[in-house]
Amino acid sequence: MAEKAQNTAHAGNDVGAILKDCVFASLIALAIFAPIIGLKTESAPGGLILNQRWGAVFIATAIIFFGRLALHILFWSRAGETKKKASAASRLGTKLEPLIPFIGVAMFTAAVILPWLPSTDRYILDLGTLILTYMMLGWGLNIVVGLAGLLDLGYVAFYAVGAYSYALISTSVFPMILPHWMMAWAFWLALPMAGMLAACWGLILGFPVLRLRGDYLAIVTLAFGEIIRVVLTNWISLTNGPNGIPGIPRPSFFGIEFTRGDNGFAHTFGLQYASIQRIIFLYYVILALALFTNFFTMRLRRLPIGRAWEALREDEIACRSLGINTTNTKLTAFAMGAMFGGFAGAFFATRQGFISPESFVFMESALVLAIVVLGGLGSNIGVAISSVVMIGGFELFRNLDFLKQVFGPDFDPSQYRMLIFGMAMVLIMVWRPRGLMTRRNPTIFLKEKKAVSGDLVAQGRG
Amino acid sequence: MMAAMAGDGVLTIEHLTMRFGGLLAINDLSFSVGRNDITALIGPNGAGKTTVFNCLTGFYKPTEGRITMRRANGESYLLERMDDFRISRFARVARTFQNIRLFAGMTVLENLVVAQHNTLMRASSMTVGGLLGLAGYRNAEKQAVETTKYWLEKVQLTDRADDPAGDLPYGAQRRLEIARAMCTGPELLCLDEPAAGLNPRESDELNSLLTFIRREHGIGILLIEHDMHVVMEISDHVVVLDYGEKISDGSAAEVRADPAVIRAYLGVEEDEDAPEVEELVSEAVPVTAPKAKAARSASKPKSNRRKPKAKGARK
Repeated sequence: MAEKAQNTAHAGNDVGAILKDCVFASLIALAIFAPIIGLKTESAPGGLILNQRWGAVFIATAIIFFGRLALHILFWSRAGETKKKASAASRLGTKLEPLIPFIGVAMFTAAVILPWLPSTDRYILDLGTLILTYMMLGWGLNIVVGLAGLLDLGYVAFYAVGAYSYALISTSVFPMILPHWMMAWAFWLALPMAGMLAACWGLILGFPVLRLRGDYLAIVTLAFGEIIRVVLTNWISLTNGPNGIPGIPRPSFFGIEFTRGDNGFAHTFGLQYASIQRIIFLYYVILALALFTNFFTMRLRRLPIGRAWEALREDEIACRSLGINTTNTKLTAFAMGAMFGGFAGAFFATRQGFISPESFVFMESALVLAIVVLGGLGSNIGVAISSVVMIGGFELFRNLDFLKQVFGPDFDPSQYRMLIFGMAMVLIMVWRPRGLMTRRNPTIFLKEKKAVSGDLVAQGRG
Repeated sequence: MMAAMAGDGVLTIEHLTMRFGGLLAINDLSFSVGRNDITALIGPNGAGKTTVFNCLTGFYKPTEGRITMRRANGESYLLERMDDFRISRFARVARTFQNIRLFAGMTVLENLVVAQHNTLMRASSMTVGGLLGLAGYRNAEKQAVETTKYWLEKVQLTDRADDPAGDLPYGAQRRLEIARAMCTGPELLCLDEPAAGLNPRESDELNSLLTFIRREHGIGILLIEHDMHVVMEISDHVVVLDYGEKISDGSAAEVRADPAVIRAYLGVEEDEDAPEVEELVSEAVPVTAPKAKAARSASKPKSNRRKPKAKGARK
């Protein structure tokens, strides 16, 4: 206790010193940058002229100020406390963890009211839809990687199977067998089928890889993802190859299509027709699908099957000694994960209206896996936060136009996305190697629910 | 007495042989475990004790031999033909591990509930009923929690039910592993060195737990143990293995007096070292055997003297 109090007192004295140091550093920076960055000579018709760029100087100085502040907070702490201070990010995460229920409720509320906010435009809605798609994929993959501890690098395969299933069923099969009026229901009829087919592919992948663990499993699933893509590219008679499948039916509001006409959504509900109605509807569809995924996995976790998944992640041999059929347990994990991947794929197909194998590259698998790992294996709220950060963060780069003032008009910030993405991943792995949300909530308790510290939870080796 | 047990025993091992390539880990081993008996399997390091366990719980497929499990309801199972998880589920053989294998990231309660997976899975109608929240599953889960409470009390872990298993001290983890094995509802409990790393008080508690299990639940217990205190005090029947072969079989007193056992532990025919094992044995159980008295001055036991020859066979 005494030590803690002393530390706090110490910290109070330090704030002034740190700020003084930061201001001093930025003054030096200002002195250096003012002539170097602030003044630029350019050739003009009458000779050289001086261009003044005080905005850029200000940004550079601010970077120095905050950079030095960050260094103080994260690294340059008092000796002996270095280790504690170095994990500032990790402490931030630990502080966040008791707030999980509130974060969940806040994110849910924000997601529900987003389309009705005055500042929301089509761009924001599209971005929201994209984030929710990845969130759903992340939650699906979380079953396989986070709960069952099976490293799957080819998750995009199931996304592709779902998308192509929906595309092929709705463009080739339904027009032949369904009466015309039912075509409006195409999405709702094909959605479960896409999920089922993806789950079947999950089983088909699951069988041969049952005996593989860790790295070997990762390699085989990676290959599986690539095989699916290559087959989609080359099986031209079925998939139309690299040209893709166009004209995929759009979802309807339970039979009422979003068209400008007497039978359209707007007319039926007495609204003015607007193309954004479909966008809002799509947004709510993926929100509902994602929440369904979340609810379903959370419920499965509390059932014997979910506990068996987690036990499998902890110790496979012990599982078998307790009479748990590990083969079936792994297969159900693969199939469940694949099913949600398939749902997300069907949604992707109907949103885009056009799909081609180009959408299902390894990068997608890596991104979804990165979302799961960054969020914290097994934590659904962590996955939600990290998908907002990653997908939203990616999009932010498109809007960093002020950087052009610093680096010149040729600078395209969006080209640096992957660089920053990589750096962010490295930093996260240094500070919070187990992801943002590391603690595991027990599925059942006798007296008091105590979260299990992440250090004890196994990450699965196969 | 032995002959009577062979017919009636819960587990009978006949001519069990296990080869790993050129290594003969178990050679023509036959013995039986009586229902309601505590049978100890002892022997120097590398004698093949854990290999026997792995054969009878399905983790290894024996090269030759037959392992018969007779359940109380009259069903009998040939374990050498069954998958490991089926042995636990249908033949009702539960085991613990030499290096504790708990689900460290799950709470104590969860560990015990996972052990009742098959019962709960049936009650949840393969997950569907559980998803819908049917009453049948809810009751089954309550029942499962009652079972865990019973065992938590028996192993004195009720207070720590909601703590992660990985946070428990070593002795408590050993007890929890036994409780977890008991939650599968076994008729034969196989314990691989349950007293390893326990202090004398804890191994006394282990003794009373094992005698309690035998008395109240009427199941057979087969244990591998180096701690002679445990072996001599509670076992009804001791089987001694050396280099994969049975060298002695009988009651604790018979085995203790068997010269073959003494040789196996000390590896020499000369009497030079021979008293040591008796010292070791007589420390645990006061005996009046005349030989033991001569050996009071012997140094510490060193039953681990021999290099584990059958290293490949272990685990």
